Parts: sequence; structure tokens; C-alpha cells
Amino acid sequence: MIRQIIKNFLDTDIGYSFSKSKVAIVSSIIFLAIMFTSLFAVVIAPYNPFDPKSISLMDAFTPPIWSIGGSVEFILGTDQQGRDMLSTIIYGSQISLIVGFASIIFAMIVGVFLGVTAGYLGGRYEIIVMRLTDVQLTIPSILMALLVDGIARGFINKSLHDDMAIYVLILAIGISEWPQFARITRAATLVEKNKEYVLAGRIIGLSDLVIMVKHILPNILRPILVISTIGLSQAIITESTLSFLGVGFPPTNPSLGTLIRFGNNFLFSGEWWITFFPAIFLVVLALSINLLGDWMRDALNPKLKVR
Amino acid sequence: MTFLKIDNLDIEYQTRKETINASKNVSFNLERGEIIGIVGESGSGKSTVANAIINLIDKPGKITNGSILLDEIELCNNEEVIRTIRGKKIGFIFQDPQTSLNPLFTIKDQLIETIQTHTDLNYNKAFEKSMKLLTEVGIENPEKRINDYPHQFSGGMRQRVVIALAISCEPDLLIADEPTTALDVSIQFKILKLLKKLTLDRKLGVLIITHDMGVIAEITDKVIVMRYGKIVEHGETYKVLSQPVSIECKSLVMSVPPTNKKIDRFKFLSPDGNQIIDTSLKLTNNIIKNWEIREKSKKKLLDFLNITKIFDENKILSSKNDEDKIKALENVSFNIFEGESFGLVGESGSGKSTIAKIISGLINPTKGEIYFENLSLLDPRNKLKIKKFKGQIQMIFQDPYSSLNPRFKIKEIISEPIKFFRKNIDNYFLDQNVNDLIDIVGISRKSLERFPHEFSGGQRQRISIARALATKPRLLICDEPTSALDVTIQAQVLNLLKDLQEQLNLTIFFISHDLPVIRQMCNRIAVLKKGRICEINQTESIFNNPKNLYTKELLRMMPKIETII
Repeated sequence: MIRQIIKNFLDTDIGYSFSKSKVAIVSSIIFLAIMFTSLFAVVIAPYNPFDPKSISLMDAFTPPIWSIGGSVEFILGTDQQGRDMLSTIIYGSQISLIVGFASIIFAMIVGVFLGVTAGYLGGRYEIIVMRLTDVQLTIPSILMALLVDGIARGFINKSLHDDMAIYVLILAIGISEWPQFARITRAATLVEKNKEYVLAGRIIGLSDLVIMVKHILPNILRPILVISTIGLSQAIITESTLSFLGVGFPPTNPSLGTLIRFGNNFLFSGEWWITFFPAIFLVVLALSINLLGDWMRDALNPKLKVR
Repeated sequence: MTFLKIDNLDIEYQTRKETINASKNVSFNLERGEIIGIVGESGSGKSTVANAIINLIDKPGKITNGSILLDEIELCNNEEVIRTIRGKKIGFIFQDPQTSLNPLFTIKDQLIETIQTHTDLNYNKAFEKSMKLLTEVGIENPEKRINDYPHQFSGGMRQRVVIALAISCEPDLLIADEPTTALDVSIQFKILKLLKKLTLDRKLGVLIITHDMGVIAEITDKVIVMRYGKIVEHGETYKVLSQPVSIECKSLVMSVPPTNKKIDRFKFLSPDGNQIIDTSLKLTNNIIKNWEIREKSKKKLLDFLNITKIFDENKILSSKNDEDKIKALENVSFNIFEGESFGLVGESGSGKSTIAKIISGLINPTKGEIYFENLSLLDPRNKLKIKKFKGQIQMIFQDPYSSLNPRFKIKEIISEPIKFFRKNIDNYFLDQNVNDLIDIVGISRKSLERFPHEFSGGQRQRISIARALATKPRLLICDEPTSALDVTIQAQVLNLLKDLQEQLNLTIFFISHDLPVIRQMCNRIAVLKKGRICEINQTESIFNNPKNLYTKELLRMMPKIETII
């Protein structure tokens, strides 16, 4: 069954272009592997770094397995509290990916809604929405995230800070990403809006809502898919940056960025692995998503079609 | 010695799934001072052959066999030689004058650059030469216009500049790929005349690629008819057009709408050469019963009264001065009677499509009134009534590739309007309705489960017609419904429209720039020029006895296949 599905996929134009692109194959394998490990972190990770029972300060600062003093138990070494680096990275990437996906979905819903309605309805509404996105774009995404984070922290009870961190981050990153979606969907909607099948729908008398949802939206999914992929890696990086700056995830529940921040303190005292491995992991994750997005942009572009 | 000799040319396009033979065993000769036309339907390989001569075949196409000799020099797969010849010995005219000139350079820069690349004239000599060229191709006031940018020229003038560029290095061979397809009839006429004159004056060999049999008849000495990459007929133009031998060529000639008479319907040939009485319409009793055939009343259906439309794109900085605004339509009035087919003809930019959009309610006019059976379509108080009426006016569009939603199955496309007007229709009845419609337009019921991209342009246009008929309209607006189609397909679609009109007593509002097509389709015609109506009259009296000066010009300039038959 699965073989048949894969065969069918490879027979389509996109599947063919996928099978011809080494970059796409490698990056999708890496991305899927990371997704898989972080999804089943409980099973795959050797330890649960958040379980106080598994932490022993005796093992703190164990170097990776191949250096002098390394231990078979801790392949990538341990941090200052004796937590296994590999396990913390797997759990950290889980958090990073959840935040990345959730915030991009949030941005997509807001951005696509505003973009399609602005593009299709036009008029004063369009002007207001598009100026709003322009204003939003002038605020650097990190600054925006810091702002939302700061405001949210002011409202939320202190004892809840750590639990609410994930929602605050999703909101913050989502707000800074939606203008991209709004711009691209508006541009795509303007193209589709003047195509004759939309005019035919208007002549029949279909309502604006039906035309937008049933006719225009399915036809602009391609560019949305492409920018969501590229936006995903951006969201993950923004999350890491925020955590690195100390406004993201707390040390008790570290994401990749939090791990890099801690390791940073020990970088010059010789314990390089505490920051190096999370950082490399983040780079590989973001790079694989970006390369996948690049391939997708080319493959889904009818003008650059590979025969 | 033959000037251009093409021998056994094979060109293949290797794609993932199949190998397409864009040209198979193509051989012909071209002499100086001679114009050869290559004609064929889309996908017949006519452009590929032309591109092969200058080695500009798009990947993954390649020449697999054969030879191209220009003055005994082999050009086939010989990029080094071709590079010295392309532009110098061979000039090329492209279809679209909008994109074949660089918009960032003046005409002067482009001419002088081309001349200096291929000859060793100095700047002043090259400038003098450019002036001479512009005068030769008929651009008035060349001293002034040579410093203009391409966008400052009109479409026809720009094509003249392209021709000047093509002949700037004294080429011996001129290849023109659909040189007049993007142009209006009157400009086409002048460009063709210019090409003919240049051919004789300069002893050029000219290769014209076109799909328009009228152009072929007007200008060429010999013609090559291509189909699926093969030459099916080749010879003197008048002979090929008047006594075609091959079945393909016969059916091509039969499908061309005649300009001098009105025929009842187009005839077709079966693949073995017998004439088919085309029965595209098999209206079952069931459909006719469903349709509630209206009796021929001949009463006024649509009243288009004193409509003016001003496009005022820039709303924030809108000019107070009325003179600055673009008047797309000015005081246009006409009526359409029930059961007739009313034609609207005009050149590009004359406001034809604007009228269609106003009637169908897509845009509102600035001034004027429209009555559909005494119901004002513009009165906001009639909003509810108009909504009910909406299904009665339907439209077929020009571009078959964008008029169907690519994400919808054919069944969904056709059933959407039915469902919209009868909200609680049961599935059995809906299926029956959809099947009836797909039968009417002559497409198999199996296609209902497919997506639009699996169909050809003509089939898509039939599906568009089925969708338009789904609401049982009384008025069908056809905005250039066949201008994107090949002649044989055009003939089939026109036949279908005629049948529909007769059997269902539809009223058709037919918009086209193509005079012969209008003549075949319409009872009455309005001629539109720059947003004003010049003349409205019965078709035959317009064609036989035009009153208006502009109408006379149009009729004189349209390419006529009959001139040589």
C-alpha cells in the first residue's frame, strides 16, 4: 500500500522533481528524522532530562564520548547539572518544533484571512489592512516578540510565567510573522480575482464568501505552502533567539535556544559541547527546512517546471 | 543554387513520459524574393522549424537529423556559424512587439547597437543608417521619434521598429513568427503590405509563420501546411487553398469562415476524407422539456441606453478635469431582441469587453440605463428581483485556460450554478441535469470526474458553455469565445453555438474582433470604435453596403482568403 502511494507520488510532476533533487531528498530525510525523534522523544531519548531522579551532579561536565574522560553513557556529554546533552537536545527540539508549527499556523490563519479579504474586497478595507502590514513590517520581529512577551508577562501572574511561556512565545512569533502571509496571499488573490472562472462565479451570483473560500483559496495554496515552510524555520530561529535572550523558555523546560544560552557561559572554560551541539542541531534543522522550502518554491513554480 | 534548403529535418522533444516529434521529415526550399508561409494548428511544430533555423530551440528539444543549408552553409547544430549569421544574415520578427524591444533603451540605442555589433560602421554612419531604416519602414518624423522609448510607440509602430531592427544588418532571410497576431486588423494590413514591399525591394527570402489563413492568402507566394510535425501539403498558395489535396488541408480550408458570404454551418471531414454532417447537438426530448422552450417572440429583451463608462483608477487623486479621464464608453445605446444573435465588432481598446461586463453586472456604468425585459438592472430598489434574474444572463469567456477553476472537477463546475439557483435540489435530479448539459455540448459523460487540465482548449470552451447553460439563461454573452482556438476547433464551437441558439431559442450577444466570424454568427451587428458606436445594421447590409467610413476601412483591410481562390 505504502509502496503504491510512494510510486504514485513519484509519478506526479512534483514527485519527479523531488526524486531529481538531491538537496530535497537529503533535507527532507534530515527534517523527517528530527521530527520523528522529537515526536517520540519519550521513547528515543536515553534519559528524561526533566526527571530530577535521573540527574546526578556527579556526572556534570562529562565531555562527549570521543574525548578524554568521555563516557559511553553520555554520547554527547552532559551539562552543568549532569543532564545528558543528547536527551536535552531531543526534548529541546520538541519544544522548538511545537512553538515553530503553532506560531506559523497562527500567523497563517491571521495573514491568509486578511490577505484574501483585502485582495478580493479591495477598497478602503484593503488600504487599511495593507498599511497595517506595512507598519508591522517596520518593527523587527525580535523587537515585536520582546514587546508581546513583556506585555504578556505584565498581565500574567508570576507563578504562571513558566507555564505560560509557550503560549506567549507562540503569540509573539505569530504576530511578527503574519504580514508575510498577508502580503503574499493578497498578491496571489489579486491575480486569481481577475481570472475568468472567478468572473463566471460572480455572474452566477455566488456570494463573496463562497468565491473566496471555495474558488480563490484552493488556488493560492501553493505560495502559502512555500512561505509557511520558510516561515517555519524563521519561527524556530526567532524562538531560539528569544530563549537565548532569556525571554523564552525557562531553564526547567529548555528549548534549543535556552540550551545554547546556558552553554554559552561555559564556552570559554573548555566545556564547548554544552553550547556547540544544540547550536549545530539548530543550524541543521533550520537549514534542512530552508532548503526544502527553496526546492518547493522552484518545484511549485509552473514557470520553472522540470520536464 | 537554392537560397535556403531544409532537408529531412527531425526535431525531438524528450520529456519524462514520451518523446514528441515536433518536426518529422520536414523539407522545403526558399528562394530570394519569395514569401513562404507555414500554417498549422497550435502544436503542429511550425514555430519549432523556424527556431531551428537560428538554433534557438528550447530545451529539451534537439535536432536529431537533417540539414539546414543557407547559401550552401550548414546551419544545423552549428552554433559558431549561426552566431555570426543570426541577426546579420537572418532577421527575426517576434509575435509580441511589447516584449521584443528592451523598454529601458531608446529606439536609437537599440538600432545602433544592433548595427554596430554586426558591421564596422562608426557611430555617425550607424545613426544615418538607422534614420534611413525608420523612414523605410514608414515611421513618420524619424528625426524626433528615434530618441523615443518603445512605450511611446503604438503597437503597430512598435512592430515597424522591430522590422527595422530585423532588416538593419541587410539580412537575406527574414523569419516572422506570427508577426501580426497581436495587432488589430488595420495595423495588420499595413504591416503585411510593408513586409511584401521589403521582400520585393530588397530581394529577401521571407518565412512567415501564422495560424491565420487570411494572412497566408494575402501575402505568401507558397504555403506549407503542417500538422503534428509533418508537412501535409506544400505548394503555390492559390493552388493549395483552392484545390487542397490532403484531408488535413481540406478540413483546414473548409473551417475558415468565409468573408464574402454567410454559410449555414461549417462542414467537417472524417479522417478518411468523407464529409460529415456534423451532429454536435442531440437534444433529447427530456432536455427540451426541462428547458421550457420559449416561443420566438422577437420582442425587445435588452435595452442598453446611453451608457457612458469612465475608468477612474486613481480614486484618491482623482482629477476634477473630465478631459483627463479615460472614457471607455461614450453614450452607447443598442437593443437586443429575443432570439436573435447580435454582434459587436471593434478593435482592441474599443470597449467591447467593458460592454459585456456592464451587461453581466460585473461593473457599473458611470451614466446610463440598462433594461432587461423592462426591469432596470441598475436601480438599487430592484436588488432582489435582479438577483432572481441573474441566471438569465450568462457569459462565455475568451481564455479557455483560465475560465475553469483548476481545482474543481467538471461535475462540480457544471453543478455549481444549478445548486446555487435551486438550493434543495436532490442528487438524482442534479445528476440528470448535469448529464443533460454535458450531452448538449458534446462531451462524454466520463469526463465529469476529471479536472480541467486534462482537456484541450476547445473542450474546455464546451465545458464553459455547459456551465453557462446550467442556469437556463435567455441571454448568452460570448466575449471572443473562439479567438484562442484553432480554426477547425473554432468551426466546431461556432456550429455548437448556432445549434444551441436555434433549438433552445437563445439570445446571443457575440463580441469579436474577427469580422468573418461575426458575419457567420450574427443577424445584426454594431461596430464600435473608441467607445462610440459607428454603425448598427443587419449583417448583410453592413458587409455589402457599409455606410460608415470606419466600417468601410475595416472591411477593406480584413485579410480575405477569397482574394486568391
